[in-house]
Amino acid sequence: MSTSLLVWIILAPLLGALANTFLYFYHIKKHKVSEIYFALIGTITPLISFLITLNLFLQMLEEKIIFKQHIFTWLSVDKLNIEMSFLGDNLSIFMSMFVTFVGWLIHIYAIGYMKNDDGFGKFFAYFNLFLASMLILVLADNPIILFIGWEGVGVCSYLLIKFYYGNKENVLAANKAFIVNRIGDFGFLLGVVTLFFALGQIDLSFGTIEANIENVSKELLIISGFLLFVGAMGKSAQIPLYVWLPDAMAGPTPISALIHAATMVTAGVYMVARFHFLYSGIEEIGLFIAYIGAFSALFAAIIATKQTDIKKILAYSTMSQLGYMFIAVGLGFYSTGLFHVFTHAFFKAMLFMGAGGIIIALHHEQNIFKIAQHRANLPIIGMTFLIGVIAISGIPPFSGFFSKDAILAAAFQEGQYLIWAIALFTAFLTAFYMFRMYFIVFVAPNHHSSDYIYTSKTITLPLFILAIGAIGAGFLNLPSVLGGNHFIDTWLGNLNSKHIHLDHMTEYVLMAISVIVAMTGIMLAYSKYSNFDVFKPENETGFIGNKFYIDEIYDSLFVQPTKAISTFIDKIVDTKIIDAFIMYSSITFINIGKKVAMIQNANVRFYAAFMLVGMTCIFVYLYITLGL
Amino acid sequence: MISLTSYAFVSMMLFSIGAIGVISRKNIFVIYMSIEMMLNGINLFLVTFARYHFNLDPQIITIMVISIAAAEAAIFLSVIILLYRSRKSLDTDIFTTLSQGEKS
Repeated sequence: MSTSLLVWIILAPLLGALANTFLYFYHIKKHKVSEIYFALIGTITPLISFLITLNLFLQMLEEKIIFKQHIFTWLSVDKLNIEMSFLGDNLSIFMSMFVTFVGWLIHIYAIGYMKNDDGFGKFFAYFNLFLASMLILVLADNPIILFIGWEGVGVCSYLLIKFYYGNKENVLAANKAFIVNRIGDFGFLLGVVTLFFALGQIDLSFGTIEANIENVSKELLIISGFLLFVGAMGKSAQIPLYVWLPDAMAGPTPISALIHAATMVTAGVYMVARFHFLYSGIEEIGLFIAYIGAFSALFAAIIATKQTDIKKILAYSTMSQLGYMFIAVGLGFYSTGLFHVFTHAFFKAMLFMGAGGIIIALHHEQNIFKIAQHRANLPIIGMTFLIGVIAISGIPPFSGFFSKDAILAAAFQEGQYLIWAIALFTAFLTAFYMFRMYFIVFVAPNHHSSDYIYTSKTITLPLFILAIGAIGAGFLNLPSVLGGNHFIDTWLGNLNSKHIHLDHMTEYVLMAISVIVAMTGIMLAYSKYSNFDVFKPENETGFIGNKFYIDEIYDSLFVQPTKAISTFIDKIVDTKIIDAFIMYSSITFINIGKKVAMIQNANVRFYAAFMLVGMTCIFVYLYITLGL
Repeated sequence: MISLTSYAFVSMMLFSIGAIGVISRKNIFVIYMSIEMMLNGINLFLVTFARYHFNLDPQIITIMVISIAAAEAAIFLSVIILLYRSRKSLDTDIFTTLSQGEKS
């Protein structure tokens, strides 16, 4: 009975997207439709999904069952057997719980944010479509269905980044995001194909892959594990495929909050956790993932210290936090990584939504120094923003502390002291740049009183709820040393995660170290920026300010050669060789045709002679062959 | 007794003269007459062989050819009149509207 509800988690937003699409067409072609209808459809469908998920979650909590729903056989060709089926196990229900919940809140927020926008209906249609794709990704029972969702979120991300397609920059940013993601997606697809060939004659559901994984040689496992992680690199913005994420901030802020902070970018982490049976067998690749994560975290944090665009700072911090998640999943601490995904969804969505509120209040100003110059009095946003900043900096008892500390402890326990040191230093940088932003935007004196600006209820209400999440989410997985019960670790028990079992003294020391480091970062930011003269803004100059010139390097390494090759093919190969060949042959045919056409010169007597000659030939032939 | 070969020779001559007339003459009337001459050459051939083999079938065909040629003459003459009305000439070389080659 209730298993048939599983697919409705996906269908609800999908139908919402369809309904909004048709309504929007009606709106632009025939008759204006009030925004309230779009908003109603757009926000009710995620709520339905969330309630169904909650229902399934409670059922699982009680009965310890796994939901599996087979819809239809999508493809069945010889060995290849792809079932359209969905799986609701502990991991996917856990993911879809917060995806639908945070998604629902951001949908509500978007009502206030997108108010009076021409594309209001279109926005909600895309937004619902994104949520449906994300849920397909999360609930998929086999890698192929997962890939449908994987591509679906990519397309929606592309559509939403260039939501204001009148501006060329937005279109370029969307193209960049899409193209960089395609590289990753190609890797992912190759990984799945490798896995399929390695496993041979089975259907590709996660269950059967897990059951047959021992039959695969280790080399093939390493190859497919690496290729799958290339996909995760693209989707989750890790070195070297991270360049699209900061540019993706061109989209409206709800997009950045939902897609590029809370859900889509964590798909890579989810995917690695989904393939935990694969990655736990190949620790080399796991270590590689952890190192990529660590360097991405450090790299993004260094860049973030010099950025001046409020959304870009948040984008780099997202990348940095994703790096932490990959450290955890790479080292085999899947539940720890997912715990950070979970807490990160709350505080980062909240930070983005707060930033969006500020941006709206100041008429689309994103430079933090200019925001400070024209500071508005936004008490609710200010408060929630502070909560978010504290949470991400890792100050107890806010949620970020517990999840980040667990990751640090994991790296320490595994003996990866380099990763541990990098992560610790990144924690220091995180506290520094987040509080730099906070102090400049809200604290640094600007010598004039700021006016109170009313913020719409639909913007502040989700912020409140998320603030509660950002404070409280950490308590769901309280380490036992602090008297907790590891609820999330237990819930995700079937992932074969490693667990932290350091002795209590070490754990206390580690916690103390990370808190001290974070406090140092905050202190440094306080001394430097709390009295900062916002009328003498910092510029994005120097090696770090220019983001290590990575964009320029990529441009000259990949973009320009591709352009050069394209120009070469266009101007030389295409026109001079292929076109010339085709044109020459067609001209030859025309000339032959002209020669032949001379026979048809409308001279009757000539026709008669021709006929006579022909007939004579036929008769001669008949005479010879028949031998008359 | 005139031999079969002579008859055949005469009819072939008639046919050939007609064919050469069709090819070489410009006037449509003359071409028409040449076509009739070719038909008569064939008729003569058929009649000759009918007599030679004592078989009446070729004779019947000959009568059919003559009657069809009569009907054809009516159509031919009307077409010639129409052609003359449109171009005021009966020279075949000026009716080249359907030419596909380069216009001379």
